[in-house]
Amino acid sequence: MLKHEKIWLTVSSVMIIGFMIATGIQTFAFGMGPPSETERVDPQKVDEHEVFSEPGVYEVGENKYEVVMTLEIFSFNPGDIEIPAGSEVTFKMTSKDVTHGFQIAGTNVNAMVMPGYIQTITQTFDEPGEYLILCNEYCGSGHQLMATTITVV
Amino acid sequence: MKINRLDARLSLAHFYVAFGSILFAGLLGLLQTLVRSELITLPSWINYYQILTGHGVVMALVFTTYFIFGFFYASVAKSTGEFTNKQRKAGWIGFWLLTGGLVLAALMIALNKATVLYTFYAPLQASPFFYIALALIIIGTYFGAFAVISRYRLWKKEHPGEKTPLLAYMAVATLVLWLIATIGVVAAVLFQFLPWAFGWTDTINVALTRTLFWYFGHPLVYFWLLPAYMAWYVMVPKIIGGKVFSDQLARFSFVLFILFSIPVGFHHQLLESGIGEGWKFFQVILTFAVILPSLMTAFALFSTFEIAGRQKGGKGLFGWFKKLPWGDVRFLAPFMGMLIFIPAGAGGIINASHQLNQIVHNTIWVTGHFHITVGGTVAVTFFGISYWIIPHLKGRILTKKMNKIGIYQTVLWAVGMGIMSSAMHISGLLGNPRRTQMTSYNGHEVASSWGAYEMAHAVGGTLLVISLVLFVIVLINLAFFAPKGNEEFPIAEELNPTQQTPNWLENWKLWIGIVFALIFIAYTLPIIDIINNSPPGSSGFKYW
Repeated sequence: MLKHEKIWLTVSSVMIIGFMIATGIQTFAFGMGPPSETERVDPQKVDEHEVFSEPGVYEVGENKYEVVMTLEIFSFNPGDIEIPAGSEVTFKMTSKDVTHGFQIAGTNVNAMVMPGYIQTITQTFDEPGEYLILCNEYCGSGHQLMATTITVV
Repeated sequence: MKINRLDARLSLAHFYVAFGSILFAGLLGLLQTLVRSELITLPSWINYYQILTGHGVVMALVFTTYFIFGFFYASVAKSTGEFTNKQRKAGWIGFWLLTGGLVLAALMIALNKATVLYTFYAPLQASPFFYIALALIIIGTYFGAFAVISRYRLWKKEHPGEKTPLLAYMAVATLVLWLIATIGVVAAVLFQFLPWAFGWTDTINVALTRTLFWYFGHPLVYFWLLPAYMAWYVMVPKIIGGKVFSDQLARFSFVLFILFSIPVGFHHQLLESGIGEGWKFFQVILTFAVILPSLMTAFALFSTFEIAGRQKGGKGLFGWFKKLPWGDVRFLAPFMGMLIFIPAGAGGIINASHQLNQIVHNTIWVTGHFHITVGGTVAVTFFGISYWIIPHLKGRILTKKMNKIGIYQTVLWAVGMGIMSSAMHISGLLGNPRRTQMTSYNGHEVASSWGAYEMAHAVGGTLLVISLVLFVIVLINLAFFAPKGNEEFPIAEELNPTQQTPNWLENWKLWIGIVFALIFIAYTLPIIDIINNSPPGSSGFKYW
């Protein structure tokens, strides 16, 4: 093997191992891993579920909120959410039909919401304003209409 | 060695369908950009998502598969000799199965019975005939794979103890990857989608379908990329008057692709429930490992360029660069492919980076990513191959004039793809979602910032379609009107032919064993968990 080739492959390997370590530390030491909830629900009986039978915004602590949300073509329930600035909001979601996406544009909130599974994701909203929530997984002919807002006041 | 006329015919049949497909699917793509940028509105009898499904299926499954088999038949016939009658017959059966699948899929999409996009995520439920069409396409490729692999084995029998031709080795490696990868999608289609779509089972395990799909979906992109690597390793050096940098390194990089491109599908499912964080991270690590063979390839290619450029008298640090044949489309097109792969590969690393994925997942950044990888790197390399392989197979030559149009076509493609995919990447970072007809969102402020980028998609898309029309015009000329002659089929010799290629590189049982072991480690426990702890399944929905 040529000298330059050795240098190139060494640099490449070090770089790749660096990526592995960086993502590993962020995931396991800082708890920044992607949403990976494993709790299941019966997709046919979401309305009878102890949590999802009453979707809504719940205050669970000081400046802490839980949004229990169901997704169904082509809407988010509850929609047009309002919360005070500085709150930490945990979204707890499931789908009543097909797979949907849950994205809040301009933030890191992004998750897949599949039928049969619960998905949770937490975000602290410091900046006041009206944020756009949209479905980012194709769910049918009205997919582009599936959106709502979360207003931070 | 001249390619047998019957083998050339088999190869050409695949190329013709590939070129027709890319032109048709390209027009559908242009329509999408025009609708999203609100320049046109679709008539009521057609649905945006139907067009999107057609574009995805035809580009990702049809164009690529036909082109790759056309290329493999010609390469194997060239490097190992003509096919036996039985092998050639298998090739034709494969062709007709593929074509039957294509026609059936197209019909289902046109009738609006399969508007489920090319990923066909459950529980959206298409007509069972759509899934049958997909099965036909895959079974067709198995016949093709049989033809190629059995020709390679026959060569080994005819030449005991000799090193196999590099081109044939690479084609076989790519097909080994394909055969192992398609197990996932075949299992999902046969055991989950078909019984469910026919109504024999009421519900489907959604998480399992997605996992099986992406077990297939990621190596699928390497199935597209490896034929481009074949052209880079073996053909481009000959075109520039150089040699294959290292036969051993080329074979080894293909082996690494077989090992690391399959047990990594979870990096497409990072934001999903039902798969533990640790398993996702494990597959992210394996995904990073697959960066290495691409970096090895980059070194080998640029070394080849430098050596060839210096032999032609290039002086100084970069003098050799100017000596490369920039006016030869057979070089320029694949070189563009390599150049594009630098940002494209970097984007891929970002997508795979676990938590970083959260920023880009399902935004149009991802669409931008696979448009510069498969639509940029792979497609433009395939164009470069087409310019000499079609006249070679037809006993004609690539004329100066066609070469010149080819140069314009290549540049136009690179510029169009550059504009479109840059705009996609940037607006994706601003939150613009993929796979949607319209992004007005009641005039929300964030959404209105995406408008200018969507106009850029339309501009890029227009240039791409003009480029495609040029491409097809040149190809028709090369196939039917160019002067008769013998266009070269470029196969480079090795730089150090004395260097022995170790036998272990040809030990397929070893590599297949290791890849199954990796797949077993990466997938067994999560899949058992998905099956054993599955929630009640989902019934089918037709929401279009």
